[in-house]
Amino acid sequence: MIGWSGWGLAFRFIVFPGFLFTVVIGLVLTWVDRFVSARVQWRKGPKFYQPFADLVKLFTKQTMVPKGSSKTVFLIAPVIGLTAMCIISVLLFYVNFNPHGSFVGDLIVLVYLFSLPPLGTIIGASASRNPLSAVGASREMTLYFGYELPFLLALVVPVIKSGGAIRLGSLVMAQQAGGPFLYSVSGVIAALIVLASIQAKLGYVPFDIADADQEIMTGVYAEYSGASLIMFRLTKAMMLFLLPLFLITVFWGGFANWWAIPKFLLILLLIILIKNTNPRFQIDQALRFFWFGLGGLGVLAVILAFLNL
Amino acid sequence: MNKLGRWGLKRSPWVYHIAAASCNNCDIEILELFTPRYDVERFGIVLVGSPRHADVLLVTGVLNRKNLPRVLEVYEQTPKPCAVVGIGTCVCNNHIFRNSYNVVGPYDKYLPMHAYVPGCPPKPEAMIAGILKALGKL
Repeated sequence: MIGWSGWGLAFRFIVFPGFLFTVVIGLVLTWVDRFVSARVQWRKGPKFYQPFADLVKLFTKQTMVPKGSSKTVFLIAPVIGLTAMCIISVLLFYVNFNPHGSFVGDLIVLVYLFSLPPLGTIIGASASRNPLSAVGASREMTLYFGYELPFLLALVVPVIKSGGAIRLGSLVMAQQAGGPFLYSVSGVIAALIVLASIQAKLGYVPFDIADADQEIMTGVYAEYSGASLIMFRLTKAMMLFLLPLFLITVFWGGFANWWAIPKFLLILLLIILIKNTNPRFQIDQALRFFWFGLGGLGVLAVILAFLNL
Repeated sequence: MNKLGRWGLKRSPWVYHIAAASCNNCDIEILELFTPRYDVERFGIVLVGSPRHADVLLVTGVLNRKNLPRVLEVYEQTPKPCAVVGIGTCVCNNHIFRNSYNVVGPYDKYLPMHAYVPGCPPKPEAMIAGILKALGKL
């Protein structure tokens, strides 16, 4: 990261691998998600340009701010998650292609950045003065506290296995030297926990409690329209691209080689199939599942990692 | 509206369903649009839960004194440009309820209607045609 000029930095954040690249790939991936879902439900599914048509349409629509809401916060909230995703994409690509170059503690920075999109939705939904959004925001908050505990426990496993490194570059190098962390008992358990957390971070079906269409009318997004709704959708699309990449970086040997593509598609397919074959949890069930189910498994994975299993 | 915006609007009309005291018959037929048999996601039509996300409002049922302010409020909450499509004969001409004491008259006295789909209930194919025609008039 040191030695980038101003223009180089701007190019990396805005074009590749930052905003534009991640958005285009993410939108294509949301099409894959909708298409596979349609095939699972025995439908034909949308055309490949569907997410782009949605985007163009939402740009032409009016952006409405509800009466009595706090206007500035309401309009700024969607930007928080989008910015975090741009930074994450730059960091992840940099770390994978130059494992020596990143700074100490970037794993912790990434964990914090991944927790910004739910923060943005909570702030925006609370600012919108809609009772359904308020319900959605409180659910999103509870869910966030739920999945963050097993997620952090699972991320302790690669840190232990690499001998106490909290630099993503060191994790990638340790895996290139001694094989991916996934190929061990504790690694498999931890990766499955991270997969469940990804599902919850994306707000996909067993955990789409905060924006449930049928219960609370898309909850946290209920008052958003036009350009501000686009930003939430783009954030979700970018997360669909970046979260599996994060999983590959931390557990499956990094993505600086061609093998990363089938790995990525496999993880994406797993996410979509979990989404299509499960009913929605209630919020208390989800919390219990994450804290007592996956939390216990996480502790087990950490103990196994200490025993070198 | 420019050409690109019109292309986007025609390829991705999101539908919000206002059931203004209908007999539930048209509502069930609307739900049939989203089943695998008709699969309107092929055309980008998606049922959304909030009027803020909608481009097309599907209204069913007779407009009466109780639901008139509510229907108007939902129309005001929808970001423009949006199309309003009347589903069923009740919307077209108040059907068998036209002499009822609480009916306040046809929709086009209060809302800009873009298309009517007659039938009791209309077929899903007719509804798809109605939605696309309404978007053509925007």
